Amino acid sequence: MSNDTVLKASDLNKSFSGIIAAKDINVSINQGEIVGIIGANGAGKTVFVNMITGYLKPTSGKIEFLGEDITGIEPRNATHIGLCRSFQISQVFMTMSVKQNLMIAMSLSKKNGKALLDPIADDEISKECDKILELYKILDQSNNIVSTLSQGIRKLLDIAMAVVGNPKVILLDEPTSGVSVEEKFGIMDIVIAALKQTETSVLFVEHDMEIVERYVDRVIAFYQGEIICDAPPKEALSDKKVIEYVLGH
Amino acid sequence: MFTGIFKDTSVRILITFMIVLCVLSSLVLPDWMQNNFMYGLSRGLAILGLMLLWRTNLVSFGHALYYGFGAYAVALCQKYFGITDILLRFAIAVIAAGILGFCLGFILRKYREIFFAMLSLAFSMVLYGLLAKAEFLGSTDGMSISPSTLLGMELTRQYLFYLITFFVICAAISIQAYLRSTLGHLTTAIQDNEIRVEYLGYSVQKAIHIKYVMSACLAGGAGGLMAASLGQVDPDSMVNWNVSGELVFITIMSGWGNILAPFIGAIIFEFIRTYAFEWAPQAWAAIVGGTLLAIIFFFPGGIWSVIEKVFNYGKKKNVK
Ligand SMILES: Nc1ncnc2c1ncn2[C@@H]1O[C@H](COP(=O)(O)OP(=O)(O)OP(=O)(O)O)[C@@H](O)[C@H]1O
Ligand SMILES: [Mg+2]
Repeated sequence: MSNDTVLKASDLNKSFSGIIAAKDINVSINQGEIVGIIGANGAGKTVFVNMITGYLKPTSGKIEFLGEDITGIEPRNATHIGLCRSFQISQVFMTMSVKQNLMIAMSLSKKNGKALLDPIADDEISKECDKILELYKILDQSNNIVSTLSQGIRKLLDIAMAVVGNPKVILLDEPTSGVSVEEKFGIMDIVIAALKQTETSVLFVEHDMEIVERYVDRVIAFYQGEIICDAPPKEALSDKKVIEYVLGH
Repeated sequence: MFTGIFKDTSVRILITFMIVLCVLSSLVLPDWMQNNFMYGLSRGLAILGLMLLWRTNLVSFGHALYYGFGAYAVALCQKYFGITDILLRFAIAVIAAGILGFCLGFILRKYREIFFAMLSLAFSMVLYGLLAKAEFLGSTDGMSISPSTLLGMELTRQYLFYLITFFVICAAISIQAYLRSTLGHLTTAIQDNEIRVEYLGYSVQKAIHIKYVMSACLAGGAGGLMAASLGQVDPDSMVNWNVSGELVFITIMSGWGNILAPFIGAIIFEFIRTYAFEWAPQAWAAIVGGTLLAIIFFFPGGIWSVIEKVFNYGKKKNVK
């Protein structure tokens, strides 16, 4: 493991009663790297994200984070050690306001034990939340109930909630799916700029190759649970296998 | 945890309401009404506990388990240790139910929805079965409870009522402090999205367990106070499934909007029951059922939503 490596997966396998969703996956991610994960529907991208963040246990293989074995870690512990994620379908508290969502996330990341019984309406936390909302350009939506807002704003909130824990590595599962074409680049500009400030390594799943080309240092392509290509974007997007199995032409 | 709690509007309203209740019942209202208040407030504690669970979308059809457990703990401590002090009685009921809730919580926290409801019911029926068979506990006849004392002095019913009010205020303030905390907000968050809560770094099961123990303590305390004010415990009126049903009933009737709602709901329930018994002894169940139907159809937010509407209406008028 090189000094810069933050996350390393070795020989990961996962099968669901016969279906192979991950096969011999070997990846290592460096600090500050921005990686795009591509692949057709059902290629195993979400399964990969789920295994890394502990939502699914790999059938075999090993996952290391900062040199420590974290295979089969509980999601909440993944969050504690600085391995966070967002979701393909945004997982936010629909019945609450944007600010309330973020306050809960922030408060949980800063407090523990008895402090969790202190009032959530804390000036310091409130100010910090506003800062993040500003960074993610959703401060004006602060008091609106999430269920009334657009997909794009929910996605941003979902990512903002994952970021409050100051992760070392963040995995974003299709941050721009369900978002209108005009909004897509805007969202990615905001997110990538915010995450670059903190030298967070970013892995994001993406179907839109324009976005992949624009933002990533490296592309990992999945096909039927296997990695068929792991290279810089130019190289990857002109790779024969990628063209055939991912881009489909 | 309690910093600035007395600035909280809900807490202020609660305290005002309780003081008004005490003053009215000691100066103008007849004795039987005071009894209704006393039973209503005691039972209201159990409702408050159910309201907590309801906020996480959990409905327990077996909370009479803790209600009865608290009541019988009071009875047993009187029988074997001669304890009649009301402070001790309340503490014993709360702690006993809390311990039982803590143990069963390890099982129940894994279940949701109908499974949670039915498993709770199953546990309460086990206790019912045991109590109905246990001769040293008076089987189906139950046991009588002697009047409470306070620090060695005899306690009149008037003062018992004041003390119950005091316990209720303390309990409700603690719950309000919990609800405004991070942990309290989490519980509403859980009903919204469990996966997200886990990924925010907190164990959903732990949060539910904590809440479950709190609701068990409240129900136990309610049972203890009820035993002390009725002077009697027995399995049918304390632990049977219809008691649990009644508690859920009052919870829905009250609404979950505020810590005061359970007590108002429980008091109203006592009055409905008294009048229904008096005027239509054959049909009281139908009257009570009809009331619930009316509330579900016309005021799905419970009695509290009606109160809120009335007050907001008043406020708007004042502004104009
Ligand atoms: N919990 C599960 N149980 C059974 N099969 C599953 C489960 N999760 C994923 N799979 C299967 O694993 C394979 C990979 O799924 P995955 O969700 O990772 O695809 P994906 O690459 O994220 O696709 P998409 O672009 O549609 O999100 C699919 O065949 C899927 O049906
Ligand atoms: Mg997916």
